[in-house]
Amino acid sequence: MCVALPGKVVSVEGKKALVDFSGNQVNAYTGLVNVNPGDYVLVHAGCVIQSMKQQEAEEILELMGEIDS
Amino acid sequence: MNKIRMEHGSGGRSTGELIEQIFAKAFSNEILSAMEDAAVVEGTPRIAVTTDSFVVTPLEFPGGDIGRLSICGTVNDLLMRGAVPKYITCGFILQEGADTVQLKRLVNSMAKTAKEAGVQIIAGDTKVVEGNGGIFINTTGVGFVPEAIDISSANGRAGDVILVSGSLGDHHAAILSSRMGIKNTITSDNAPLTDMVKKLLDENIQIRTLRDVTRGGLATVLKELAVSSGMQFEIEEGALPINLQVWDFCGLLGLDPLYMGNEGKLIALAAKEDARKALEIMRSAEYGENAAIIGEVMEPETESERGRLILKTRIGGRRVLDILQGEGLPRIC
Amino acid sequence: MRTMEDIASYLREYDGRTLKLMEVCGSHTAAISKFGIRGMLSPKIRLVSGPGCPVCVTPSAYIDRLLELAKEKDTCVVTFGDMLRVPGSRGSLSAARGEGASVEMVYSPLDTLKLAAENSGITYVFAAVGFETTAPVYTLLLEEAIRGGFTNIRLLTALKTMPQAIRNLMQEGGEIDGFLAPGHVCAVIGSDAFLPLAKEFQIPFAVSGFGDRELLLAIYGLVRMAKEREAAVKNFYPSVVTPQGNLIAKKKLETYFMPCDAVWRGMGNIPLSGLLLKDAYKRYDAGSASLIEDKKLNHGCRCDKILTGKLMPQECPLFGRSCTPGSPQGACMVSYEGSCYQNYLSDGGNA
Repeated sequence: MCVALPGKVVSVEGKKALVDFSGNQVNAYTGLVNVNPGDYVLVHAGCVIQSMKQQEAEEILELMGEIDS
Repeated sequence: MNKIRMEHGSGGRSTGELIEQIFAKAFSNEILSAMEDAAVVEGTPRIAVTTDSFVVTPLEFPGGDIGRLSICGTVNDLLMRGAVPKYITCGFILQEGADTVQLKRLVNSMAKTAKEAGVQIIAGDTKVVEGNGGIFINTTGVGFVPEAIDISSANGRAGDVILVSGSLGDHHAAILSSRMGIKNTITSDNAPLTDMVKKLLDENIQIRTLRDVTRGGLATVLKELAVSSGMQFEIEEGALPINLQVWDFCGLLGLDPLYMGNEGKLIALAAKEDARKALEIMRSAEYGENAAIIGEVMEPETESERGRLILKTRIGGRRVLDILQGEGLPRIC
Repeated sequence: MRTMEDIASYLREYDGRTLKLMEVCGSHTAAISKFGIRGMLSPKIRLVSGPGCPVCVTPSAYIDRLLELAKEKDTCVVTFGDMLRVPGSRGSLSAARGEGASVEMVYSPLDTLKLAAENSGITYVFAAVGFETTAPVYTLLLEEAIRGGFTNIRLLTALKTMPQAIRNLMQEGGEIDGFLAPGHVCAVIGSDAFLPLAKEFQIPFAVSGFGDRELLLAIYGLVRMAKEREAAVKNFYPSVVTPQGNLIAKKKLETYFMPCDAVWRGMGNIPLSGLLLKDAYKRYDAGSASLIEDKKLNHGCRCDKILTGKLMPQECPLFGRSCTPGSPQGACMVSYEGSCYQNYLSDGGNA
């Protein structure tokens, strides 16, 4: 129900950001998240809905470790 | 004249001018220039015939146009039976208001593509109807199948290897990008596969089946082949060639590359012992640089396995694939 | 630390008490089918699809109203691709478009602004469906419409919120041992939004992303928690989800929308499970409040039981027989993310 994709902010102009998804460039509205060029963001229906932190595989498996113990 | 008007379809002077200035000029060859009611040509006993109509919009898109498409689509259909394509006919239905400058570009593109594919356009027709400037093209293709060749969708056998000639979904992604205004550098892969098929057959690769991957995408086409051959097909998700930009385009719109069409890619079922060689040949042929072995044909062990298509997913799951249901529209929810 | 292979083995060989785990996000339904995950789980782990497909739970009165609007003079319905083929009681938007009705498909609701600016004589009504992931996007459309002084933009809303629907489902006797929480809804409302539910019903929630590895990990985490009857919310999508979510988005939702009762097709009316434009913004509404009727289910249709996890698609007598993607009898087969549609795809129609 929530088709959204992570992309990289190329540039910011006014209330929109040019976000790149492996070469696809979408002008996404930034009214919901403050962004800067170089940020990784989640875009849904032409809007940035959240900024992203790098999720390392190890991080997740550490979460797993929490469960195991 | 820069817009098509009803009188261009009347059969009188305007029609003559249209044919002369746009069609005949671009398609010039001895047979067509004779302007007979029918073209009488030489051939050999096993005739391959196919027809297709082209209604795509926009008329011109990144990497191609409806003209190029109308030649590639029909030429490729002939090639898929192992025929040597030779002759094309084309019928145009032009809506009033169609742009003649654009029409000229499209027709020139057809001529160029025909040359690349090694075919001649030897008959044609034009009609004009009321409407909004649309252009629709039908092409019929004639080719000849050498005596020893038997390539058909029913021929797949247990042990055969499944190959695809390149990346999935490019054409559909290019068209949708155009229609939905999403900027990228995806181009349609519309291309005639004459060189690739000729090389495969010249090198005596044991080809059971060839099929071009068009509407409905790889999954639809493979499923149809599985049903025709009565075998079970298994393909590996990790082996599928997909351009990263197309992959993310699909991610943006909730689309599945397995169900997105191409216009210049083929599937080949080849005998196991010829698999490596077939792959090398495809990769060295025009338009085949991303060819890959993606799966195999298996003997069904139960009735329910007959005609089944399975995708082995990257994480070790199994997914049964059917033909495309519905329209494959972009989603957000 | 475990590897993906270890996790896959654990799930395949699980032999503890039978667990019924529910996912409540249409994109999770689609992703689970896409990766062939169900077939990787032990038969003692039953993964069921809940009411997470916004298209499936939209009453047909909503589609009917959109059709009326599309046929009105100087009115154009703007929509996501999802809604185009959904049938109301008199056909779909796609069919109506073929008969001359005015319908535009877009990627973003904000694309409406360009259309409205180019044709000031036409009223553009956006088919505003979705959950909490999409609702904030509509607030941005509203803000732009206000800022730009547009008088020809409206929303016809069918917005739903998750937590109340889950509460209702559990209160109606849903025997669910754990929930896979929707990753992108949580990106907006925060994973803490599901904490009260975890405590109230003493069951675990695992927030999951949408990739193959992420889903497998989250399911593994959920199974481990459910086995121990752990009443907690664990976040397996930390790159995007935080306990508080997106505060700006939440604030905008509060500014422009208010909770309302909503009809969920197949489930009936669930109090305070929807969102409606506040009175101050009613001039941008196309009459959403009046759409509260629910069509009776077709004879034999079991969508209500499917949506609440009480029945698996294969257990519905119509599945694969009179109810197929080509001729859907109910909401679960209509939408791409409906659990019956997805099951039909992955089983190839072998009921």
